[in-house]
Formats: sequence, structure tokens, C-alpha cells
Amino acid sequence: MAAPRASRLNIHLQGWLLVLPAVVLLATFTHVPAVETVIDSFFSTPHGKRPAVYIGFDQYRTMLADPVFWLAFRNNLLYALITVPLAIALALLMALWVNGRIKGRAALRLAFFTPTILPMVAAANIWLFFYTPDYGLLNQIIRLFGFESVNWLGSPATALPALMAVTVWKEAGFFMIFFLAALQQVPPVLYEAARMENASSWLVFRRITWPLLMPTTLFVAVNALINAFRVVDQVIAMTGGGPNNATALLLFYIFQVAFSFWDSGYAAALSVVLLSTLAIIAFLQFFLLDRKIHYR
Amino acid sequence: MSSVEVRSVTKAWGETRAVDDVSFSVAKGELVVLLGPSGCGKSTMLRMIAGLDEPTTGMIAIEGRDVAGLTGSARGVAMVFQSYALFPHLTVSDNITFGLSVRGTSKQEMAERLARTAALLDLDKLLRRKPAQLSGGQQQRVALGRALIAKAPVCLLDEPLSNLDAQLRQELRREIRALQQRLGITMIYVTHDQTEAMSMADRVILMRGGRIEQNGRPAELYERPATLFAARFIGGAPMNFLDLDDAPLGAVIAGSTGPALFAGPGRGRVLGLRPEDVAVDSANGRAAFHATVTAVEYLGGEALVSCSLGDRAIQARTRGDGAPPIGTAVGLSWDAAASHVFDAASGERLTIDTGTAATSPQLHTVTNQGQIRA
Repeated sequence: MAAPRASRLNIHLQGWLLVLPAVVLLATFTHVPAVETVIDSFFSTPHGKRPAVYIGFDQYRTMLADPVFWLAFRNNLLYALITVPLAIALALLMALWVNGRIKGRAALRLAFFTPTILPMVAAANIWLFFYTPDYGLLNQIIRLFGFESVNWLGSPATALPALMAVTVWKEAGFFMIFFLAALQQVPPVLYEAARMENASSWLVFRRITWPLLMPTTLFVAVNALINAFRVVDQVIAMTGGGPNNATALLLFYIFQVAFSFWDSGYAAALSVVLLSTLAIIAFLQFFLLDRKIHYR
Repeated sequence: MSSVEVRSVTKAWGETRAVDDVSFSVAKGELVVLLGPSGCGKSTMLRMIAGLDEPTTGMIAIEGRDVAGLTGSARGVAMVFQSYALFPHLTVSDNITFGLSVRGTSKQEMAERLARTAALLDLDKLLRRKPAQLSGGQQQRVALGRALIAKAPVCLLDEPLSNLDAQLRQELRREIRALQQRLGITMIYVTHDQTEAMSMADRVILMRGGRIEQNGRPAELYERPATLFAARFIGGAPMNFLDLDDAPLGAVIAGSTGPALFAGPGRGRVLGLRPEDVAVDSANGRAAFHATVTAVEYLGGEALVSCSLGDRAIQARTRGDGAPPIGTAVGLSWDAAASHVFDAASGERLTIDTGTAATSPQLHTVTNQGQIRA
């Protein structure tokens, strides 16, 4: 009797030992910091010998009154609402294109995917060259047509759209791979059945391809939205949040508050708002859209 | 006017010819089965009739109209696919009415036709389900419904029952045949299962290597196979093939002692006998061919008795309770009219008067009954 119990115990122990590395890693770098951030957001920022004291919702009250926070929040919302649908639409178009029987299909796929392979900082530098005033590629082109040179990253009106373009360019190729994989999962005989009824290609897309791609679209949309709220590297590399905070996005603002202004308490409160926003988006997408989606 | 007319159609993929100069016609309301082993070109032929593939050369006419360049519904053709090809995200009713909705049929007419089709196929209670919630047989009915609702004059079926179990297959076979006759539609049905072909078809077109091997009523294919291939492919138990040899009195079975079968040379010719045509007698009976039982395959109502005839093997079919034990010496006999003679080299059926061999009283024949035409 004793022996089996011992071995069963042993099995439990073995199981826990096996998950231990993952648990330790996740806890140390994800869950504990997340919980601590929430706790920190209710405390003041410690300075020198002055320890943090409990201040309740003070940080959040500061936030409501902080115009830069609201600007960053608005910028980020715009950024997400514009780049996500654009990147998805472009990814889908490219996937439909390279899924067809065309010459040089492999080369085209690779070309579309290349931006994904590039590190963000490298891509940002390429685009910095495109956007350079006077002799940048874009300005050279528009000057050919007689327009005046534009300081794309220097004027508040064009800086955020310029950053969005980089994001769409970089994300679309990555999402295309998902759409391409999903397109190749659709049995060709379904298209033949539709051909038998002489359905137009738009109708086939609308009634067959698009519904069958919905699970992929949802997955891509969730990822794209989360990415849109996590963008910080190209802001740092290209604009530094300027001009006049026109390109300040939430994560960039948090980074600034935490590591330039060293106000860790306020940064924690901002992080909590960012995390909650992401959680709400994910929740809405998965629980509301899910019912309308057909999973194979 | 024939419903479907195929005139010297060829489909080539590079060097290989999947369909090679095939011609046939299908009359209105006829059920024609395209039969053959995999790779014989039957499915390619069907896809060309459907308009999913265009023939390399040749002409296809449907209801008297050249349909080159048209596809599916535009040429008056509906199709049931082997894997059903139901849209997984649409309900049964949306699947069935897909074609109508593409053509912009009014909601009211669509509902009426859906109701009629669903009643026809016993799908009334399943209309709101998705394909994944249906059994294989039900999915097949939905696919059939999608093909029938358009009232296309010609319905094509590509191995529609191959994914179903044996019992269901038999049921649906009868049902499809009954529907086809009731609605009077022209059906072209592709299968590799000769039982399916024989039991359903008005006419069977047997294909091999992209060409038509034989085109005729099921009984013609069974009773007068045009080639060795047709003889081998049609029939429940495989036909016996015995090489013939020359002898002074006529052709004899090579490697065995027995009377001549017919006057004339035997070398280079093959005798074909269906097991069900070979009778097994006791050794001292009237039978002319003496053989030994080597194996018995008991099938219930009947048994397949394998015998050695000289150094050749031959199978006979007997009643299940009448099979002799292994090792028994038996006499074999058959009706001369039941023997098929083929040219060994070309595989062609030969017209040989098997009833007039010099000495064949044992082959209890009535004179001239054995007349065989190719």
C-alpha cells in the first residue's frame, strides 16, 4: 500500500518540478511585476530617503488632469483605429494576391514578408531617410511634381500619420503570412462548388472566403491592437514623441514618466490604465465577436 | 435529341493524355455511369462536362448547345462532389439555396423551392444545422439537394457514395436512382465500384487509360465483355482466364486433358469463364474436364470453389452447402454459350462459334446456342 502512494506523490512532485522553470520565469517577469504595478499605483513615488506612502487614487486624479496623458491616449486610439484596419486590409489583399497562381509568387511573398524580418530600429532608419526634409526620398518625389518640401516628422500635422505608415508597412507583411496560411486551409473544392453556380469573385470572397477567414482575422486583429498599444521603439527612434507631443503614444509616455522624469508611482498608474485598456479590448473581441465566427 | 453529347474530346496535361479521343452521348432521362479504375480519366471527363476543365480538343454539347466557355449552371449542369463540398459556415438551407441566391432568385421562390427539395430528400428537420452537425449520409443528401434545387437538366455525380459505409451506400444508391427516375433528370455518375455501376445504370461506359473500353447496358457488359479488361473489371467474383492451345481437333485448354472447345487454332487465345457459369459435378459424372478442389471460400448462400485443372487454376461458384471438400476429384462443365474467347495479344473479344467443335457432347450445348458476337 505504501509503495503506490509514495510513487503517486512522486508523480505530483515530478509534475511540479517540470513546470517549475516556466512558473518561476512567468511569475518573476510577468505576474509579480503586474501585481506590484497595481499596488505601486496607489503609492507616492519614493525619493531618496523619503519612502513611498499610500495616497489612494491621487495618481489617477493627477492623470485625469494631465493634458499630456490625454493627448497620448487620444494619439494612441487614433493610431490603433487607423493602423489596425489598414494593416489587416493590406495583409489580406497581399495574401489573396500571392495565393493566386501568378509568376514569381515565391519572390513576391518574400518581398512582402521582408519588412517583418527587419529590426524596428533598422526599419525606422530607412524611413527616416524617406522622410528627411529637402533631400529625403519622399520630398524628392513630390518636388518632381512641383510641390513644396514637407517636414514629415517635424510638423505636428504629419508626424503621427508618418509613424502610422511605418507601422502598416511593417505589420502587414507579418499578418499576410497568417492570412496566407488560412487561405491555403480552405478546400479548393469549395471554390469549385461556387464556380458551378457562376458566383462572381466578389461574391465568393464575401460569402465564402471572408467568413472562413474570420477566426484568423480575429486573431490578427487582437494581435494588431495589442501591438498598437505597445508601440514605443519607432517613436524613440524617429520622433522622440515630438513635435510638441504630437507622436506621444501611451507606452512612450509611460517610458518617459518612469525613466526620464523618474516618477515611478505615476508611471505605475499609467501602466494600469494601459493594461486595463488592452484587457477590455481583448475581452470585447473574444466574447462578442466570437459568437459570430465559424470555427472549423 | 441527346441530353449530353461528347464528341472526340481529349484532355492533355503536357505529354500525358488523361482523356484521349472520347465520344459518347447520353439520352434525356438516362443514368449513365462512367466506370473505371482510378486514373482512367473518368473524373476528368466529368469535370469537362461540368465546365470546371476545358477539353484540349473536341466538343461538348448539352441539350443540343455547344457549351464551350460556360461553367456549371450556365450550361445547365449541376454537380455533386465526392467530398460534398458543403460550405462549412453556412446552414443546410443556405447551402442548398446558395446557387439560387447567386442568381438573385426572389426570397419567396427560394423558400418554396427549398421546402420542396428538403421534403424530397427528407431534410426538413436539419435545415438550420451546420454541415459539421450532420452525418455523412445527411451531408450527401444536402449536396444532392444543392444540385437538384436548380432543376438543371443534367446532374453530375463524382463518386458520391465513396465516403459512406456499405449499408448506407446501398440505401442511397436506391434512393438516387429512384429520384433520378422520378424527376426524369439526366445523370452522369462516376464510380470505380462495378456493383454500383451495374445496379444503378441504364448504361455503363467503362474507361481505361483515357479511352472508352466498352459502352453498353450493364447486361451487355456482363454477358459480352468486349475486351479482357472489361471481362476482368465487371462481375462479382473475377472471371477465370485459361490460355488455349492447338490440338488436332481444335482449341483445347493449355496444360490440361480435355476435349476441344471449338474448331480452329487455340494458341494465342484466352478462354474466359465466369465462376457462376462453371458447374461442379462428381468426378464420374458427365463432365469432360477433370479437376481437383484446392480451396473453398464459403460465402454463406454460395461458395467459391478453387480447382486445379491440369496445371491451371479455375474457380467455380456453387451453392454454399454444396461445395465439395478440399482434395476431391471433381468434374467441371459449362455451357458453351457462357464461354468468352479473347485474343491474348490485343485483348479483343473474338467471334468464335464455340458450339460446333468436333467433339463436344459433354458441353451440353444445343447447336448454335453458343453463337457469340463481339
